[in-house]
Amino acid sequence: MSDHEYTPKSKVGKWFNDRLPLLTLANHLTDYPTPKNLNYWWTFGGILTFCLITQIITGIILGMHYVAHADLAFQSVEHIMRDVNYGWLIRYVHANGASMFFLAVYIHIFRSLYYGSYKSPREVIWIIGMLIYFLMMATAFMGYVLPWGQMSFWGATVITNLFSAIPLVGDSITTWLWGGYSVDNPTLTRFFSLHYLFPFLILGLVILHIWALHVPGNNNPIGIDIKKPSKDTVPFHPYIVIKDLFALLIFLIIFAFFVFFSPNILGHADNYIEANPLVTPAHIVPEWYLLPFYAILRSVPDKLLGVIAMFAAIFVLVILPWLDTSKVRSTVFRPIYKQFYWFLIADVLILGYVGAMPAEGIYLLIARVATAYYFAHFLIILPFLGMKEKTTPLPLSITEPVLGGSADMAMAKNNSDYKEKL
Amino acid sequence: MKNFFKLIKFLILISSLIISNVYAAGEKQDLLKVDWSFKSFFGKFDRASLQRGYQVYSEVCASCHSLKHLSYRNLAEKGGPEFTELEAKAIASNFEVTDGPNSDGEMFERPAKLSDKFVMPYANTQEAIAANGGAYPPDMSVLVKARGGGANYIYSVLMGYEDPPAGVELDDGVYYNKYMYGNKIKMASPLDDDIVEYADGTRATVDQMARDVTTFLQWTAEPHLETRHKMGFRVIIYLIVLTILVYFSMKKIWSRIETKV
Repeated sequence: MSDHEYTPKSKVGKWFNDRLPLLTLANHLTDYPTPKNLNYWWTFGGILTFCLITQIITGIILGMHYVAHADLAFQSVEHIMRDVNYGWLIRYVHANGASMFFLAVYIHIFRSLYYGSYKSPREVIWIIGMLIYFLMMATAFMGYVLPWGQMSFWGATVITNLFSAIPLVGDSITTWLWGGYSVDNPTLTRFFSLHYLFPFLILGLVILHIWALHVPGNNNPIGIDIKKPSKDTVPFHPYIVIKDLFALLIFLIIFAFFVFFSPNILGHADNYIEANPLVTPAHIVPEWYLLPFYAILRSVPDKLLGVIAMFAAIFVLVILPWLDTSKVRSTVFRPIYKQFYWFLIADVLILGYVGAMPAEGIYLLIARVATAYYFAHFLIILPFLGMKEKTTPLPLSITEPVLGGSADMAMAKNNSDYKEKL
Repeated sequence: MKNFFKLIKFLILISSLIISNVYAAGEKQDLLKVDWSFKSFFGKFDRASLQRGYQVYSEVCASCHSLKHLSYRNLAEKGGPEFTELEAKAIASNFEVTDGPNSDGEMFERPAKLSDKFVMPYANTQEAIAANGGAYPPDMSVLVKARGGGANYIYSVLMGYEDPPAGVELDDGVYYNKYMYGNKIKMASPLDDDIVEYADGTRATVDQMARDVTTFLQWTAEPHLETRHKMGFRVIIYLIVLTILVYFSMKKIWSRIETKV
């Protein structure tokens, strides 16, 4: 952690700190040396922490008014929307907050992919992050079930049915998950219970995520190791705190536009129809942030293999630090990887798009090609590219020009992601 | 080079948007678009239209469609049709509700009060289905939010009744509607010129009634829409001002070191 020993100035502070070093922790957090060339893509960690806290607070309030019962859930949500003081505001913040949370987490993940933040020595940060992401998806999915609308019910049916693809014990597992022979009241009550639990697990993992980050310190846009503290770093407070706050406020303005002026645009209209086990919606689609995985699931003709492919799509991210063989972290110095990086972004967007479309005809074909490319990117392109690619020279430090000439540094400087002024 | 990739990314986004629009247009008829008073950032309900819309609902729709999430008191609340409390009480007292048990353990009938939920036209879903030729008349409380296209969709369906095109055979009790999903609807065209008589003298054309009742249903689906718009405007102004202040604070703090932020 911090290099220097911290001693509180006051006697009381010292007495307390000797027994529980909270002040040392606070001092570590404020003094934490941060690379000074971090760009705005690095502000999403703070934004995500804000999102989590917002979801927990609004969720706890909603939980006071919500009734987890198949006959009453929909009605209780309408009660929140109509009769609870500012209930509409709290619910719209919570519902849109989930989307904003995922928007931020995708930017955070793709930032990590661009600057190689998952590479040694930050593999554990990355893996904890992937666990958080996985729990987020589970939490969001179960939260979407709670209003007990048509998409809630049928989404729950489709996703829980995936487990029936497991050989031999699949049906038993599905029955066990449901607490019955179909998605019904027992399913709803357990989803509510878990939806309340998981955010606190996420919170615990977030603390580990930050702890693990504070061991090696932040990566930075040029991806080189830097001395800490040094002239390449600034203390977290006030420099990074104010910058994160500025970015958070911009994010909040966008958030507020959704909440106040189009609160339902990210949801599906069918979820305002009460759940009806006898009527299947024309298209069952998950929330937008799960669409790429939904597309991968549906692109495989076999149910079991489809489920495996979907989970593999996440697992391949977990082992990414060992799939990417390149020694150079930042994409700024990897001209070929940079192209593949944008291809991957396009691929994921395409997967998301076809995930929202019916799985037939041209959409199915596109989904299959895009799924194949997704896996090829991680399993073929990354390992080989890391060994073959000729990277451009790295600077020695954030403040010092590259060894042996200025031409390459000029190139790095021109990059808009690299905002450092020499 | 970097800009080139940004361009590619941008093109992908734009093209996917275009494709999705083309896809949506190919699937169903374009809805009729109305310039609703509640749409814009400062959008509010037209109070007179809400009151007329309630009249259309109660005289035309209410015989089949429930509004089970609403209470009679809502009719007098701010941001809604804003009937006076007396008017709302009078409306409520037209309906009978079952209350009880009383001190003798008997259930009894009494006129509805402001605190009661809207009385439903049918005792249960099965009765509603049986009375309507096998089609369930959906509850209208959140109907506007439950249909893609929202208010425009409701308005379009009300205006979309026409004779079926040549070659389309319809069963008994099924009607052709240009905007309904699958073009078949089990509800006969509910509106006809002058089937209600507006108290404020507005002429009750089909178009006028369709607008009024859609406005009313938008309110039943989003009773706090006006508060939301008003608060949203203030919140965003506040955030913008705060963002500007924080921006200059940030510039000032970072000016202590020679790095740009």
